[in-house]
Amino acid sequence: MKRLKRRYLALTIDSHETFGSTEFIDAIWAAVSKLYGEYGASRAGLSLIDYDGERKFAIIRTIHTTLEMVRTALASITKISNKPAAVHVLAVSGTLKALYHKVKV
Amino acid sequence: MKRTYADLHLCVNFNNLEQVSRAVTRASRFGYGLVAIPFPPRFAETQVKQLQRICEDAGIEFVSRVDLRPQTPEELLNGLRRLRRKFEIIAVLCESKNVARQAAKDRRVDLVSFPQFDFRRRFFDAAEAELASCSLASFEIDMKPLFTLEGAARIRLLSSLRREAATAKEFRVPIVVSSGASDELLMRKPMDLAALASLFDLNGESAIEAVSVNPAAIVKRNREKLSSRFVAPGIRVIRRGKDC
Repeated sequence: MKRLKRRYLALTIDSHETFGSTEFIDAIWAAVSKLYGEYGASRAGLSLIDYDGERKFAIIRTIHTTLEMVRTALASITKISNKPAAVHVLAVSGTLKALYHKVKV
Repeated sequence: MKRTYADLHLCVNFNNLEQVSRAVTRASRFGYGLVAIPFPPRFAETQVKQLQRICEDAGIEFVSRVDLRPQTPEELLNGLRRLRRKFEIIAVLCESKNVARQAAKDRRVDLVSFPQFDFRRRFFDAAEAELASCSLASFEIDMKPLFTLEGAARIRLLSSLRREAATAKEFRVPIVVSSGASDELLMRKPMDLAALASLFDLNGESAIEAVSVNPAAIVKRNREKLSSRFVAPGIRVIRRGKDC
């Protein structure tokens, strides 16, 4: 079986509010399902790797074939838990080590 | 060569300088090199100067833009005659077919756009695209409605945009993707805007051009035309004075 290539995305949350990790990942799932449906969301292989609510920083993982789809869904987020928010991609990488190096955490 | 990204439709309230400053700083942080804030047809030149200064402080180029919303082709022609030499970008929101056709064939119009919520008044069809391809008009798509609309309305908008983007591509009409953001939280990075353009089937390269090359080309062309050295397309004054 062919090994799935992964992509890690470093994200920043733009909002005056602070959110929990569940609220954040739920907003991402909701955005992906809204734009691409449950079938599309199931292909994305999304998972939350790191989350820091105070610093408004997160890292998620996806499959490289669905990277653009996830990026589009992230850009379409305007609310998290019904509070105004936006999610911006800071960096994308194939390994966590390279990603942390890029965002210099 | 590094790309210059542009957001030609930052709809912040230009009377609220604090908000303008925040939006422009954010645009600079997002990697934009050019931003345009639309003015109403009646404006004060001091306001343009103020915005220019704010953009300079943020390290970003300011582009002056006016949005025309004419009801008749005659009104459009009057507006173009009055404002063409004063603004770097002239955008026309076409609410009727007559206005759309006039805007598409007039070389003084830079951007044509259509009502985002009324799908029966989106007149960007093959005839419109053919006229636009012979003039200099580009087709502008604002991303804001994709954030604000939901459900059936968003589906209908995406369907219209997909059809219009395909028509524009067929007739080689440049597409310009702008944020249309009236709020800072609706602003997105250029690559995120390009990713959103995939929703209406723009491929990666075309989407990136829609936020960089296409808007930058309009600004470059118009700045050249508005400069005192411009005589006609391809002809400009290179030296003045006794030594000529």
